[in-house]
This record gives sequence, C-alpha cells and structure tokens, in this order.
Amino acid sequence: MKHTLAVLVENRYGVLSRVAGLFARRGYNIDSLAVGVTEDPTISRMTIVVRGDDLVLEQVTKQLNKLIDVIRVTDLGSEDTVERELALIKVNADVNNRSEIMQIADIFRAKIIDVASKSMVIEVTGDENKIKAIEQLLKPFGIKEMVRTGKIALRRGSKSV
Amino acid sequence: MTEQTEKMTGARALIECLYREGVDTIFGYPGGQVLPIYDALYDSKIRHVLVRHEQSAAHAADGYARATGKVGVCLATSGPGATNLVTGIATAYMDSIPIVALTGQVPLSMIGNDAFQEANITGITLPITKHNYLLQDANDIPRIMKEAFHIASTGRPGPVLIDIPKDLTTELIDFYYPEKVKLRSYNPTYEGNIQQIKKAAEEISKSYKPVIYAGGGVISSNASEYLRALAEKVQVPVTTTLTAMGAFPVDHPLFIGMLGMHGTKYANYAIQESDLVIAVGARFDDRVTGKIKSFAANAKIIHIDVDPAEISKNVRVDIPIVGNAKKVLEDLLKYVEKAPTEEWLKRIAHWKKSYPLHYIDGSGSIKPQYIIEQIHDACKDAIIVTEVGQHQMWAAQYFKFSEPRTFISSGGLGTMGFGFPASLGVKMGKPDRVVFDISGDGSFQMSSQELATAVQENIPVIIAIFNNGYLGMVRQWQELFFDKRYSYTCIRDSVDFVKLAEAYGALGLRVKQPSEVRPAIEQAIASGRPTLIDFWIECEENVSPMVPAGAAINEILDLERKK
Ligand SMILES: Cc1cc2nc3c(=O)[nH]c(=O)nc-3n(C[C@H](O)[C@H](O)[C@H](O)COP(=O)(O)OP(=O)(O)OC[C@H]3O[C@@H](n4cnc5c(N)ncnc54)[C@H](O)[C@@H]3O)c2cc1C
Ligand SMILES: Cc1ncc(C[n+]2csc(CCOP(=O)(O)OP(=O)(O)O)c2C)c(N)n1
Ligand SMILES: [Mg+2]
Repeated sequence: MKHTLAVLVENRYGVLSRVAGLFARRGYNIDSLAVGVTEDPTISRMTIVVRGDDLVLEQVTKQLNKLIDVIRVTDLGSEDTVERELALIKVNADVNNRSEIMQIADIFRAKIIDVASKSMVIEVTGDENKIKAIEQLLKPFGIKEMVRTGKIALRRGSKSV
Repeated sequence: MTEQTEKMTGARALIECLYREGVDTIFGYPGGQVLPIYDALYDSKIRHVLVRHEQSAAHAADGYARATGKVGVCLATSGPGATNLVTGIATAYMDSIPIVALTGQVPLSMIGNDAFQEANITGITLPITKHNYLLQDANDIPRIMKEAFHIASTGRPGPVLIDIPKDLTTELIDFYYPEKVKLRSYNPTYEGNIQQIKKAAEEISKSYKPVIYAGGGVISSNASEYLRALAEKVQVPVTTTLTAMGAFPVDHPLFIGMLGMHGTKYANYAIQESDLVIAVGARFDDRVTGKIKSFAANAKIIHIDVDPAEISKNVRVDIPIVGNAKKVLEDLLKYVEKAPTEEWLKRIAHWKKSYPLHYIDGSGSIKPQYIIEQIHDACKDAIIVTEVGQHQMWAAQYFKFSEPRTFISSGGLGTMGFGFPASLGVKMGKPDRVVFDISGDGSFQMSSQELATAVQENIPVIIAIFNNGYLGMVRQWQELFFDKRYSYTCIRDSVDFVKLAEAYGALGLRVKQPSEVRPAIEQAIASGRPTLIDFWIECEENVSPMVPAGAAINEILDLERKK
C-alpha cells in the first residue's frame, strides 16, 4: 500500500538528512520525496510517498513525529486531495516523427519546452498514472532522459494540514 | 524580570550555561579544538573529571545521570575525541538516559575540508542521539544549551550532542540565558488521557490474573512510590525489567523478580498465564518477550509510556496511555479498586516456593551468586553498577534492591566496559553511597585504564571482578548451542588484576576461597580507597534459569552446575 505523507519541518540545516536517515535506518521504503519551502519561510514541507501496511505507516508517522525538527505529519491517504507530479522527458525526435510526438503531448496537455534536431523535451504535469501513460507512449521513440519531481499534494477545500 | 546581558567569550558562555543548568560535575578529555573551553574551565567552579578515554567520559556522565536523575555532561575534542564518545552515547540512547555531550569541532570555515581532526560527528550520531546540533553562530550558544538540557531530560529522555566549532568559542557574545525554551515542534505529553485511564482502571479492578510489568520509565519518572501504591491497592504482582530493578523492593511480597531471558520462572509463568498485563514505562524488548507471538497470549495489554512510538511497536496493545508514568499512575490510583486476585496470588506464591532462584553451593569453589549475597549482606544500600555478561545477570538476580537508582547497568546496548566508568559517575553523583562495579574479567579490560582516573581524582569505588577466565556469557551460549566449542572465549591468565590495581595506586585484593569473600568485601568498604577485588569464581558456572533466544518465555532451561 502506498501512502502520501505531508510533513511540515523546520526549514533548517540538516533536516532532510534526519528524515532520510530515519527511513533508511528503520528500513522503510520511500517511493518519492519532494521538498520545498512553504508560505512561511521558516517551514519546509516534504511530501513523502511511502510503501507499507498500516502498522508500518503508524510507526513511520510516530517516528517522524519524534524528530525534534518535525512540526507535523499528516497522512493524506485518507483525505480528499489534489496531487501532482511534474516530469521532464527528453525523447528522440527528428523531422519524421516530430509531429506524432507533438500530438501525444497534446493529448496529455503536456508542453514541448525544447526542440533540437534529434530530440525534444516534454514537460508533463499530472498524477502518477498520467505520467506513466505518457512515458509508455513515448518509449517507442526512445526516451533519452527523464526526471520527475516526486509527488506533491494538497487537501481540497479551505482546510490545510 | 529582565536580565542584564554580559559580554563574554563563547567558551565562557558554555560554562555559564552549565552553571545555570545546575551542573556541578562534568567528565571530559581535552584536545586542540576545545582548548578555549578548557581554559574557561580552569578557573570555573565546575568540577571536571579527567578520564583516560573519551568513551569513559560518556559512560561516567551516563552513570551520573542514572544515579542522580540529573543530566550528565561529557566533553571531548573534535575528530577522534568525538568518535570515541560514540559507544557511550549509543549506550545512553538505548536506555533513554539524559546526557549532554559537547564536542569540539574545527573552525566553521574549515568544516567539510577534511581538516585535521575533523569528523562529522552530528552525522555520525544522528541515529544515536535524541537530537543534535552543529553550532553555527556563537550567539546561539545560550539558546541551544538551554534547548539541549530541556530535550535531554524531558519526554522520553536521551542523549543530545552539541558540536562546537572552535572559532565560536573565542568570539565575544552578549550573554543572556533564556528562561524558557520555545520549541514548536517538541511538546511531550505528560498527562494521560483520562478516558483511557478510566478504562484501564476498570479493566484492572475486575481482573483475576493481572501482572504489572514495570520498566525503566518508572525509574526515569521517579514513579516507584506510585507503582507500589498501585500494586498494594489492587493486590497485583509486580515484575520488572533489567533496567527497572530497584523500582520495586525485592523483598516485597508482591514482587516476583525480573522477567525475560534470565528472569525468574515465576515471573515468566505469571506473565504467560495472566489475563491482564499492565506495562509501565517498558518497551517489550525481545529479551523480555521471547517469542513475541506467544507472549502473554491470553492477556489484555495496558501500555503506559511517554513515547507514542512505543505503543504497539512490538505487541498489540488494548489500552494505550501515552503520558508520564508517574503522572498516569497517580491518576490511575484514584480510579482503581482492589481486584479479585486472591487465587492468583496463591498460585504465584506456590510457583515462588516451587521454583525459587537458586544455585548449588560449591564445595571449595566460590559461587558468584554467593558473592552478590555477601555484598548485599555487608552493605544493603550499596549502589550496584555492572558490566555486561554473566556477572551482570547474577547481580540482577541475587541483590535485594530496595530503592530505585541503585542498579545501574547497560541493558539495551549491553556495553562491556560501561560499568567501571559509569561507577565513577555514580560515585561523583552519590558520594555518600558505597558503589560497587560488578565486573567480569573480560569487561574490566575494556575500561581498566580508568583506574588512573579513580586514583588521581580519588573516587573510591569498589570493583568486584568475577574472574572466571572466560567471556562467560558467550561461553555459556557456546556450551549450550555450539557443542561446547569454546571458540575464542577463553581469556584465562590475562593479567594479574591485583598487580594492575597496585600499579595504578589502587588497593588490590585477591579472593580464592569462599571464606575470604566477606572479609575482602568489608576491607574494601572500610578502605575508603578505589579498590579492586579479584574473585576467582567457579569457571563454568551458568546463568540460570534461561529462556533460549526465540523461545516462548515459559520454555525455561535450568542450568545449575553441580559441584
Ligand atoms: C546480557 C543481557 C541479558 C539481558 N537479559 C534480560 C532479561 O532477562 N530480562 C530483562 O528484562 N532484560 C534483559 N536485558 C535487558 C534488555 O536488553 C533491555 O534493555 C530491557 O529489557 C529493556 O527494559 P525496559 O523495557 O524497561 O526499557 P528501557 O530501555 O528501560 O526503556 C524505558 C521505557 O520507558 C519509557 N519511558 C521513559 N521515560 C518515561 C516516563 N517519564 N514515563 C513513561 N515512560 C517512560 C521509554 O519510552 C521506554 O519505552 C538483558 C541485557 C543484557 C545485556
Ligand atoms: C563491547 C562488547 N563487545 C562484545 C560483547 C558481547 N559479549 C556479551 S557478554 C560477553 C562476555 C563478557 O565477559 P566477562 O566480562 O568476563 O563477563 P562474564 O560473562 O564472564 O561474567 C561478550 C563478549 C558486548 N556485550 N560488548
Ligand atoms: Mg568472565
């Protein structure tokens, strides 16, 4: 089972290594981790996708809460949330298939952000499934390089974590 | 109340912070990057005990903390000084002991350059500290010191390390000591949820076969009195873990001894047959539970612990109560009633009579259990510190502890070499008590250099070496599970311990006959000097009873050796 955790932490030197170290040391698997500063510059927000059953999730949450620099941990799994991930995909492209690739990008509402004689870079935003789908469709052309931000998520409505 | 700020160096500020925290003694070892701190110590009122290895400084601070309940402090230089603290910090971490470790660091501008004697000690100690800091600004010294002592001593206690770049110790700052800590992300729960407490009280009051399983949290929260009051009011038997020995008087009729691998048969039987386990400040360690699936299989479990992460970590808990053990017990007392335990107590009394802790007296050879009994007889209120091994278990089994903080032992990490330096810390914290380090011939050789510290600083502890010529605990496992193939566990004739003691200027005594045991103990107590007694004990005596690792805790081996 996958869970998405929103973790508010002090925006301070060394916090990322504390969190990452905790996962490594206790043998928890991180699927993805995205981190950036929040509306309050003293607080960073980590979005962590972790794999495990309810017991694992409970321990992860409690152990994270024990870190002095962690302010709050929220499991977004049970919540109504909006989730996005951004991917940049560099795909082989030449005059012959360029338009075909552009069509695919179009269907996914992805953007072409760089075009060269033998490649293109596509920017796509969406949930995990959407990114997986476009990746599958682009694979036959040859993906030269791909980078993903990891998932970020917010609750719907006016409530915050 | 407003406080005047005062200009001082970072080093003096550090010492000033120690004063403000009520620290009277620290344990340390100097070096290049802490020279300014040592200079500030030179004419300060704080007593600094110079150990002979930094690991001992951490153990001594730990022992001081366990004996007094105050935060222990150790100090080491950068690089090797700091890395030498690691085992001591890990030992304190595993047993939730509050210490503050101060380490020197290369100047800020040089960090990351592999400078001379640079070690990333905050990185290294990340998994073995409750929290740690790398100081970045000398002006932060008072705030961070205040936070460190607060974090170390509150909630679930533990070690905190502060790494101090040298240049910050010579900088001038405006000293102002904050009265309060402000940490939005750290708010331990003290009060237990009252609904949960009532639910627990109801369950306790109607139980037929309850057992209290008390752990180190009872000691660290000073909850012994309430534990006793609860046990007596409800009429429920009490077992304690290794780290909680002393939390309940051994000679109390409701006490059933330690549980777990080397616990009493009756404690383990009682747990296995119980219908309700009341765990207080204990963490269901595998030495205690044995095969986890069959641990107290028919019992409901109430778990009182200050650390929410301990709840349901190893066993499923029916009624969790997160809070300070003392506070929760105090509240619980108001709601519980006497439980219908008459039959249960009779059954336990029967077990106690049928399966007492016992050993078979040697004809001529010295039985280790006998030494422990004699120490108790000679000095009932001695503080017993131990190393790790068979002797540690015998001390836990045979000394009749009557108050908390009188049994001091490395439980979670099981660190050989802990006891002797820890005993120095204990004696510094409790100078009026007789302090014994119950030691093994193996363990003692891991910290024997501290004889110099004991003599130079005149810290009169008594080291009782249970000399069996073996790394006995390992030998016992080899005997039982590896067909007596004693692979690298014989250490016979390592050294003449008496001469070793004398070489350092301590008193050394050797005991080869049972009849000499008591006089030697008395002589050591009377001497008022650091004293080592080399007891030549029965070599292949085993710790009994024993639950083999991974077995259910009522699958118990009897291992008395006849002679
Ligand atoms: C050779 C060897 C053999 C051993 N054999 C045994 C054995 O037979 N039996 C045995 O019991 N142990 C044995 N041990 C020790 C064992 O490894 C563990 O260290 C011990 O069982 C842990 O005890 P504890 O559960 O009390 O936890 P501790 O480590 O003492 O932990 C304290 C618990 O209390 C909580 N706590 C802390 N402060 C508070 C507070 N203020 N309020 C509430 N809760 C608080 C903490 O969160 C933690 O959960 C052995 C060790 C060695 C080295
Ligand atoms: C630092 C360290 N290394 C190794 C061990 C593993 N170990 C546990 S008990 C023991 C033997 C201890 O021997 P001794 O001090 O002579 O005590 P005895 O068991 O003989 O009483 C060893 C090697 C340990 N606990 N700590
Ligand atoms: Mg030995």
